[in-house]
Amino acid sequence: MDRNQMKELIAKRVAKEFKDGDVVNLGIGVPTLVPKYIPEGVDVIFQSENGFVGLGPVPEKGKEDKDVTNAGGQPVTIKHGGAFFDTSTSFGIIRGGHLDYTVLGALQVDQKGDIANWMMPGEKGPGMGGAMDLLTGARKVIIAMLHTVKGKTKILKECTYPLSAKNQVNLIVTEMGVMEVTENGLILKEIGPEVTLEEVKESTEADLIISKDLKRMIT
Amino acid sequence: MINKLISMEKAVSMIDDGAVLMIGGFMACGTPLGIIDAIIDKGVKDLTIISNDTAMPEIGIGKLIVNKQVKRVIASHIGTNKETVRQVTSGDIEMDFVPQGTLAERIRAAGYGLGGILTPTGIGTLMEEEKEIIEIDKVRYILEKPIKADISLISGSLVDKNGNSFFNATTNNFNQVMATAADITIVEAKKVVEVGKLDPNYVMTPGIFIDYIVEGAS
Repeated sequence: MDRNQMKELIAKRVAKEFKDGDVVNLGIGVPTLVPKYIPEGVDVIFQSENGFVGLGPVPEKGKEDKDVTNAGGQPVTIKHGGAFFDTSTSFGIIRGGHLDYTVLGALQVDQKGDIANWMMPGEKGPGMGGAMDLLTGARKVIIAMLHTVKGKTKILKECTYPLSAKNQVNLIVTEMGVMEVTENGLILKEIGPEVTLEEVKESTEADLIISKDLKRMIT
Repeated sequence: MINKLISMEKAVSMIDDGAVLMIGGFMACGTPLGIIDAIIDKGVKDLTIISNDTAMPEIGIGKLIVNKQVKRVIASHIGTNKETVRQVTSGDIEMDFVPQGTLAERIRAAGYGLGGILTPTGIGTLMEEEKEIIEIDKVRYILEKPIKADISLISGSLVDKNGNSFFNATTNNFNQVMATAADITIVEAKKVVEVGKLDPNYVMTPGIFIDYIVEGAS
């Protein structure tokens, strides 16, 4: 698999988590690939933190409406039944327990569910945007990212970069597997299609508890 | 008879060196672009900008940054404008990062007469630094104080001459809350209509929050 195929695999797996009626916010990067893999018949309501629910696909060329943009500032569409609102309402939805899932990328995640994704040490940015609110407020936090960066693991015993939130991550989905953060530690529940258990362990600094029902990744 | 409509020249005449400005918009969507261009023409310096982001270098707030008119930024994200990152790194701009939801609520607190807000966002992170932590029913919250501005610059899609404003689609974002939290609020209207032409049911920001209206260039 090349990197793009890995990202598609991750998105495909994340899409299996949702059920009809779930309200979901997707961050930039790998998470934006998720909608195309939502199974037919499952109505997921996507929220865009700049101010609406009912996020639809990218418009055809020439049909863009400058007043309808997503949280990356790009032109998008709103589905029938959607609703626009201001930032205060948007983050009321996020912080107030009305958002079922957020799917975000990360620089680092650790076995306690801590996450760093807003600032590199020694750098001045880029800033957290809505990520800290999403991590703190969403009922479930799914991290969707490549397992390693430049050969270094992103899944640690303890994050070393400035944190975005503590103990908030529930599920980590990478090309190497699916890991659940529990009170007892990080449980490897599914393993990627082209890797061995040894390879997953070698690419992970965090202590992995191997599930008794370890399966191949469902995609 | 109330008529808040003023010229662009009159609007920027209220903005001096060192002014603290709130500017609505999200990556320039819903940003009063005409007023920003007029501020660039006037050339005032040492501005404090309170906004979600600093857009891109070639548009909106991004242009104020490129033109070196800003000394301080209070925002949630600057990653889309490399020039902001550069000036923050060099020390030319003082940067305060505020989580997006917290930023909206701190502005709302200022406009709604609240002494602050309690938020769980940022607990266990650098956001806690030098702030009071208050525990309620065993949950820890950060006490975040109100943020107020001298002048709030917002963008309205449809505005009547009393200032009653409607924000179309995702242009709303911070505009609605920012209208409440400054000494002077100026709305740049895409379209201005006579009083009575905007159905009161569709007013998102009542005109009593709006001091002046300028007609947008676009």
